[in-house]
Amino acid sequence: MLALGLLQSLIAQTLLAQTDLEFVRPHIDWHAFAPELILVGWGALVTIVDLVGLDRVRRLIGPLTGIGFLLAMVPVLTLWDLGEEIPRILFDGAYVVDNYALLLKGVFLLSGYVVVLLAGNYMAEGDYYDSEFYQLIAASVLGMLVMTSARDLVTIFIALELVSIPAYMMAAWRKRDLKSNEAGLKYMLMGVFASAILLYGMSLLYGAAADTRLTAIGESLAAADSAPFITLGVLFTIIGFAFKVSAVPFHTWAPDTYEGAPTPLTAFLAVASKAAGFVGLISIIVFAFGDLPELVEPFMWILSAATMTVGNLIALRQDNVVRMLAYSGIAQAGYMLAPLAVYGGQLAEAQQAIVIYLVIYAAMNLGAFAVVIIAARKTRSGDIESFSGMLRWAPGLTTAMTIFLFSLAGIPPMGGFWAKFWVFKVLTDGWELWGTLLALVAAVNSVIAAFYYLNVAKQMWFLPARDGDNSPIIIPPALTAAVAITVIVTLLTGVTGWVPDWADFPAVAAAP
Amino acid sequence: MFLNQFLFLAAILFCIGVYGVLTRKNGVLVLMSIELILNAVNINLVAFGAFHQHLSGQVFALFVIAVAAAEVGVGLAIVLLIYRNRRSINVAEANILKG
Repeated sequence: MLALGLLQSLIAQTLLAQTDLEFVRPHIDWHAFAPELILVGWGALVTIVDLVGLDRVRRLIGPLTGIGFLLAMVPVLTLWDLGEEIPRILFDGAYVVDNYALLLKGVFLLSGYVVVLLAGNYMAEGDYYDSEFYQLIAASVLGMLVMTSARDLVTIFIALELVSIPAYMMAAWRKRDLKSNEAGLKYMLMGVFASAILLYGMSLLYGAAADTRLTAIGESLAAADSAPFITLGVLFTIIGFAFKVSAVPFHTWAPDTYEGAPTPLTAFLAVASKAAGFVGLISIIVFAFGDLPELVEPFMWILSAATMTVGNLIALRQDNVVRMLAYSGIAQAGYMLAPLAVYGGQLAEAQQAIVIYLVIYAAMNLGAFAVVIIAARKTRSGDIESFSGMLRWAPGLTTAMTIFLFSLAGIPPMGGFWAKFWVFKVLTDGWELWGTLLALVAAVNSVIAAFYYLNVAKQMWFLPARDGDNSPIIIPPALTAAVAITVIVTLLTGVTGWVPDWADFPAVAAAP
Repeated sequence: MFLNQFLFLAAILFCIGVYGVLTRKNGVLVLMSIELILNAVNINLVAFGAFHQHLSGQVFALFVIAVAAAEVGVGLAIVLLIYRNRRSINVAEANILKG
């Protein structure tokens, strides 16, 4: 009781000491903040249209949400065009709009658009056609936009929850389907538990640094002597994010949730939601843990090696294509974590490698899910064998799927090759022992992964259709557009060997 | 300064919460255990905020409280959904999907 009383008086003193501070309205850079504001405004508008129009406008809600994503893309492009005037720093450095953030904002908006295209027919043809699904996707994408610019523990936490909470609801979307219920329950319990652990780590970091801004935390941690609670704070923060990006051994929710949730949402979770977790992890490591490689690297090494190995080995023996893609997504997360195991001395290069991987992974994995959704419209099945003979009944789709599979396996000239190339380049820089070892693990894993990716390709190209049904498939225009967008991005990044202009991509230097 | 006692209390609450999440089979009790962890976080944040004479810890705690309410709202809705469909909120029985 004594301690409590003392704390109360202390808080009172703290508050009193700060009351003489005059309130100053923070300067708000409306242009830099425009993508988020447009998405919020448009989301509210769509909700009102839905409420007023009810059944008459239900079919319009999906396309309207898609238009919202494209509208929010406009300020992203105009900001990108500013060049010299970037980065824009908002709210005392808690929110930074630089080219790193803008590129990822563009990726998230485009992924959101593709998911809306995928969801259209799927939702309308099930008996759970509900316009709220699209509004929740918009809310989740809004969280991702905030995440790219967040440079503060509170902002990162809010962004992460804004990404996750709508996703819990969407995972349990098919109300009367026990599988979907279970997917939602598992995802929600694991997600909330991970957030709680992440928060505990963040509270310790705040205690160590007396500031919530990442750069200030980075400076304090670099100056401080190592203390057990700093180590704990760093580890809990990383564990929290490891759940979100489904790294082994924190991946157990992912395959169940991916299988039970509606497939368009699975695509969204496996790509956009995972990428958002990665963006938060990169931001925290680059800006706050940049000077602690000796503490972070061993942990990341184990996470990365375990994630790619376990993911690939389990993916090998899946016969359901959605589960296979789920485990392959876990393995891909392992490759993406790899640069973080050797980031000491090459922070910017590691960040660059992960961002390139994220962009290409988003395109190729969304594309693969799009093909799975289209094929399931005809075959009503998720088995890998249901792809057999696809060359006869859907030659165009077969070509697209082959491009995605080759890209996922990392075969040139697809984008996936360059994604892996940059990761290996960071790992083998200077041929240090641990980096080279991890590169070896990744190389062996790429070979294992090629086996199950090419197995699907074999089914499509060389085997006859399972029931001899070669009637051509009907593909709705929205799904064609989704496949076209992802094929173009996968091919373009691969053929041009695309690298974002890294001169504009300040890592630590541009931090306020 | 009495910082250590608060950190110790928070650490104990955190451990109880993690233990509860790992052992409890009832969906609602798992959610309650997660609330314990979040309260440990709040104690940490407020204690550090007072220790550093710094308001952002308390503001952070307010954000945590608000978001925790949203999380539990969605969580209970999902648990209720499961209860309606299978008349049980035992997490261990949710095993149609095999990881």
